[in-house]
Parts: sequence; C-alpha cells; structure tokens
Amino acid sequence: MKRWFFFAMLLILAGYLLGGSVWLRPFGEPPRSEMDRYFIENAQTEVAANNVVTAIVFDYRGYDTLGEATVLFAAVVGVVLLLRKVKE
Amino acid sequence: MSVIVRTISRVVAPVALAFGAYVIMHGHLTPGGGFQGGAVVASVVALLVVAFESGRWKKWKDVLLPLEDLGAMAFTILAFLGLGATFFRNILAGGGGLFGAPVPQLGPNPGALNTAGTLPLMNWAVGLKVIAGLGSVVILLSLFGREDG
Repeated sequence: MKRWFFFAMLLILAGYLLGGSVWLRPFGEPPRSEMDRYFIENAQTEVAANNVVTAIVFDYRGYDTLGEATVLFAAVVGVVLLLRKVKE
Repeated sequence: MSVIVRTISRVVAPVALAFGAYVIMHGHLTPGGGFQGGAVVASVVALLVVAFESGRWKKWKDVLLPLEDLGAMAFTILAFLGLGATFFRNILAGGGGLFGAPVPQLGPNPGALNTAGTLPLMNWAVGLKVIAGLGSVVILLSLFGREDG
C-alpha cells in the first residue's frame, strides 16, 4: 500500500517535470520585459554605473542586499555562538 | 603542511589578494562586487590557515569580528543616507562630488572609476563585511577542538 502510494507520487512528480521541460518557454523571451528594458536603458543615466547588475543589486533592489548581509551576519553570529569557549 | 604547500601558498596569496581587491574596487564596472571579491580574499585566509597551522590566528579573529560589524554598519549608514527620498537612494550619483561623475558615454564603454555614487562605497562596506565574516568563520572553525583555541 505504502509502496503504491510512493510510486504514484513519483509518477506525478515525473509527469510534472517532463511536462515542464517539454512546454518550456523559449530561451530569452520572458512574457513581460518592461522592467528589464527599464533597467537596461536607464541604469547608466540614473545610477551612473556601467555594471547594471551592481546597479540593481545595490540601488534598485538594495533591500535584497541588506537581507543578504543580514543572512551572512546571522551565520557568523551562529558560528561564533556555537564555537565559543565556555568557562567552567 | 609541507614545504611545497607553504611555498606555493606564499606565491599565490598576494596574487589572490590583489585579485580580490580588484574585484571589490571595480564592482561598479566589471562583473563581481563586494560579495564576490570578499569571498576571494576570504579564500586566501582559508589557504593561509590551512598552510600555516598555528595558534596565532586566534589574535586575527579578535581583529576580524569587530571589522565585520563595522562593514555592516557602514553599509546601513550608506543606505540611510538616501532617506531624504527613499531608503537606498543613491544620493552621490551624478552629483559631481565623490564618485559623482556621469558615465563617459551611454552604451558600451570601458567606464571610469569615479562614477556610480554610493555603489563603490557600498561595495567596499560589503567587501569588508564578507572578508571579516568569512575569514573569522574560517579561523574559528580551524581553532575548534584545539587546546589553545
């Protein structure tokens, strides 16, 4: 019974993955590209940066980088907490 | 580690350090940035910790941990600078002052270092944070379990 259940789940998952790979959207043609166009055309005038990726990461979507920095900070704090020397 | 490993890491470490500094400093012009360059420099720390095993890395940890807080605070303060308009507003871009020059020309161009406003400063802050954070994690993990750790 349990085995049949897992087999059915495996079939469903495999079907989803196969369907997803067959009806994949053609590469380089997103459904909506207004925001991409905006970044590519205005990053050099608005942020004055040649690297559009950095302009997005540190300017347009700075919150993302703030979260990333917070994750790194939390990781370091966790390691320091775990490996600190405990006084007996 | 053996003499071979130590000699090779003596040769490789300055080159990798220079490359990491380049990736951080040119974050607004070339691929890469604070996170990537910081990871490169932190890998130098890992290389040196593995090659030159000794207890003196413990002092480095006490230097690096405050530096990580300093980098995080610098990043947040730079983000708060733009609070007149919005959080993370790039106030220095195009202003003519520090890093305030416009791009040399629109479209593909080699670029100039003195552009992009707060982006280079943020890259340095994040680079310092990643160097200090990953470096202290590597040192802490290497010291774990030692008698003098």
